[in-house]
Amino acid sequence: MTALPSITVRLDDRTVAMPAGATLAHLLERERREAAAVATALNGRFVPRDARADTALNDGDVVLFFQPIVGG
Amino acid sequence: MPLTAHPPSTDRPAIVPKATDPLLIDGVALDSRFFLGTAGYPSPATLCDAIRAAGSQVLTVGLKRTLQAGDNGALTQAFAVGREQGARLLPNTAGCRSAREAVQLAHMARELYGTAWIKLEVIGDDHTLQPDPFELVAAATELVREGFVVFPYCTEDLIVGRRLLDAGCPLLMPWGAPIGSGQGLLNLHGLRTLRERLPDTVLVIDAGLGAPSQAARAMELGFDAVLLNSAVAQAGDPVAMAGAFGDAVRAGRRAFHAGLMAPQAFAVASTPVSGHAFLLGDA
Repeated sequence: MTALPSITVRLDDRTVAMPAGATLAHLLERERREAAAVATALNGRFVPRDARADTALNDGDVVLFFQPIVGG
Repeated sequence: MPLTAHPPSTDRPAIVPKATDPLLIDGVALDSRFFLGTAGYPSPATLCDAIRAAGSQVLTVGLKRTLQAGDNGALTQAFAVGREQGARLLPNTAGCRSAREAVQLAHMARELYGTAWIKLEVIGDDHTLQPDPFELVAAATELVREGFVVFPYCTEDLIVGRRLLDAGCPLLMPWGAPIGSGQGLLNLHGLRTLRERLPDTVLVIDAGLGAPSQAARAMELGFDAVLLNSAVAQAGDPVAMAGAFGDAVRAGRRAFHAGLMAPQAFAVASTPVSGHAFLLGDA
């Protein structure tokens, strides 16, 4: 029996293992992030909320989540 | 009559009277010309009271990566207070060093905050936090093309200002002094020149103000509004200071409309007597 292929992505400052074929939406689910509560960037580019489910992750991808904060 | 101190901040701040000349930005009429930042307050409650005391209708906010510490609920509470006084949010692109970064962050801000308004910051020097004019213009050009209403944080450089207006920015936000320095209006000549050369442009002094007198001075010079954060958040009593800045902004605006007298190089007697003191004549 062979193991299911997997990938690793960098999420903020840590490494996360995901099954091959996973999308950005899957990563949000895995991290228990409410879809509307964060904005997402993949390899330095903004990914709109409605494009997450169609955005496949690849091994070595860098994902950032952003959220609102006070500011000047 | 003795002067009285500002009311203690433990009381609910008084209702701030509305100005008589609203500021129009992107088709939105703002009654307050005092834009307030939301960062660095001692507590969420202090932030909320400061917003009330300031009467601000533009509140700046930011974005952070989720691995960083939270804000203790300050933003959620500030939103509620802001709504009560018709405030709009102005997300910033703080921390960006390139046009590319700023554009990406602006898109995230638009999605999270639901506004196309963006305070565009592209920093070119870590020590002074001076904006990078080249990256700023590049980012503004792209963001305007993508439907954003760009509030560019810039210097008092007239030519850069013109390029930003050419790119489609509806206003400019020149610094008074480096961010958070509290030094006031460092380059009066440059700021006056900007005001004189762009008489029909909305100009907001953003950054560097430390005292209400400096805000009043900016308004007296004909600037349309001021944006500040640290001077209120870091005050001994942020709520009282927010009220003091609000008073100063209104006073400075009224003074601008009233028309300041022209400075004279020599003394000019104000009492209409003749040239000699009439009781000490030599006759």
